[in-house]
Amino acid sequence: MSAMKPRTLFDKIWDAHVVETLPDGTALLYIDRHLVHEVTSPQAFEGLRMAKRQVRRLDGTMAVVDHNIATDASRFTGIEDPESRVQVETLERNVKEFNVPYIPLADARQGIVHVIGPEQGLSLPGMTIVCGDSHTSTHGALGALAFGIGTSEVEHVLATQTLLQKRAKNMRVTVEGPLPVGCTAKDIILAIIGKIGTAGGNGHVIEYAGSTIRALDMAGRFSICNMSIEAGARAGMIAPDETTFEYVKGRPFAPKGEDFERAVAWWKTLPSDEGAVFDKEVFLDASEIVPMVSWGTSPEDVLPITATVPDPASAKDEARRKQMQRMVEYMGLTPGQKLTDLKVDVVFIGSCTNSRIEDLRNAAAIAKGRKVAEGVRAMVVPGSGLVKQQAEQEGLDAIFKEAGFEWREAGCSMCLGMNPDKLTPGQRCASTSNRNFEGRQGPGGRTHLLSPAMAAAAAVTGKLTDVREIA
Amino acid sequence: MEAFTKLTGIAAPLPMANVDTDKIIPARFLKTIARTGLGKSLFANLRYKEDGSENPDFVLNQEPYRHAEILIAHENFGCGSSREHAPWALLDFGIRCVIAPDFADIFHNNSFKNGILPVRLPREVCDQLMEDAKLGANARLTVDLERQVVVRPNGEEISFEIDPLRRHLLLNGLDDIGQTLQQATAIDGFEAKQRAAQPWLYR
Repeated sequence: MSAMKPRTLFDKIWDAHVVETLPDGTALLYIDRHLVHEVTSPQAFEGLRMAKRQVRRLDGTMAVVDHNIATDASRFTGIEDPESRVQVETLERNVKEFNVPYIPLADARQGIVHVIGPEQGLSLPGMTIVCGDSHTSTHGALGALAFGIGTSEVEHVLATQTLLQKRAKNMRVTVEGPLPVGCTAKDIILAIIGKIGTAGGNGHVIEYAGSTIRALDMAGRFSICNMSIEAGARAGMIAPDETTFEYVKGRPFAPKGEDFERAVAWWKTLPSDEGAVFDKEVFLDASEIVPMVSWGTSPEDVLPITATVPDPASAKDEARRKQMQRMVEYMGLTPGQKLTDLKVDVVFIGSCTNSRIEDLRNAAAIAKGRKVAEGVRAMVVPGSGLVKQQAEQEGLDAIFKEAGFEWREAGCSMCLGMNPDKLTPGQRCASTSNRNFEGRQGPGGRTHLLSPAMAAAAAVTGKLTDVREIA
Repeated sequence: MEAFTKLTGIAAPLPMANVDTDKIIPARFLKTIARTGLGKSLFANLRYKEDGSENPDFVLNQEPYRHAEILIAHENFGCGSSREHAPWALLDFGIRCVIAPDFADIFHNNSFKNGILPVRLPREVCDQLMEDAKLGANARLTVDLERQVVVRPNGEEISFEIDPLRRHLLLNGLDDIGQTLQQATAIDGFEAKQRAAQPWLYR
């Protein structure tokens, strides 16, 4: 490649990590950071053990438990569910046997892998970052190339610190203009997925650009990149800037002093060059974004909160009509019904999408001085022990508890239905998580994806609510 | 990993788009530390009723599709999480090949690592193959990776594209970790250079 050819942010990080290129164009890509959790790693460590292989870069690896642990006090006295306990104990045995650095459950730094990576400075701009979890795309908000991998690839990275990868295509989503009142990063990404569809980013890495994105704080940028996978893209990225450097500075694993200055000098060279070519471009006008909520069982089935449940009869073809019919039935909806008339049973504020301190502040601003509606179970699950501590220092826990929310311990919680926090069949949930698939939050559960402020608004009114009418 | 060369078997039609990995295997079944035994949980929410009994309407509960080795679906198959439990569950059930118009990237990768062949064919062709599959036990499809063709029950051959490296690994059942470790010197060299330029990445 000629040195003069303008390159994208993705191109630059990719090029800096190619160890070798095979004749067919497949790259052996070096991985700087590998984050490991209990659910997708046991079979990988077992593979290493059977092949008598070691972990190549212990200092490039960090393990934590997050997916299947309880988020109440019971977790400190032992894990009740026998299968979950075996999985956590297996990770503990594996990190000990292979000497992998580990943040245990009782450590204040424990939390959701995609919250603690950036929080600890383990995830940095310019890095290649992987984890056996599709929401690894989150870390791309720092200006890194971060993507989810399967367990075979987890084993491959543990053994070789590399992956065999085909270069993805470049896609840019540009959002311009000031974000309207009541809207957050979550509404931006839901609007993007609604526009391009859940397969819109397949085969691509998405770079989010434009003045709206630049104006977001890091928490908002994490929320956006987090849901890139819901648009089909394995990775989402945002060019590193002063907001990024300010966030990274001083974090435990971040470079310090002169190293930090050297690192920043490199990170400043990463943003896409003027004239760099993207294979696909999408534009959004921020002024058209309104608070969004999902109505169906795919993240692309989102609507403004002011809308009504769509009628399957209006579908563009028979396959879509059938799909919409199934969604309407599963979700217990009536075509034409106002979304704001939907009563909720559960409100979940948390997940790797929306559990950072800024998210909790947004939700608390709505909850303050109000009460959770009769018959609604509302829970707040901080993304990490440190987020929880900070929220408590700011008095957010008191606001939530006073309003009738449960204030819980850090973990993946009700995002994915594999720990004790689950919906029961037919329950309707306003959720700040990332997936509304059938059964995602528990068999038969009905998920509506929305922002933390919208979730808090639903909690206090007992139904899906336009946050602009509350704030 | 078991090599994949040529497969002749019963194909099950699953005319759904966006079949996500939570559908293929719900998260409550991911609490295993083994790769095997997940077949009984494949498509659990669709396959079983709330009381645990089989849902007779679901294709894999019907004859001859209980013995399906090929699955045909619509767009964006395998979207959602990175769980390799999805291909493990398919494999444990007996499915070695999925045919769809396109696949989500991570599922697509994970399939190859487990000897499952994902075949991309246009939507019209998938619909045609689904009609073939609806003919039941007499409608066996052949998927020939060597020749890169799907053979319909009427003998018509439909060719498909596949990445040559992935084809090679699958045909020979090769473990790519062993392959990569042959590049150890190149990896050492990369690390030495990176350590000099960005020492903070090494601690």
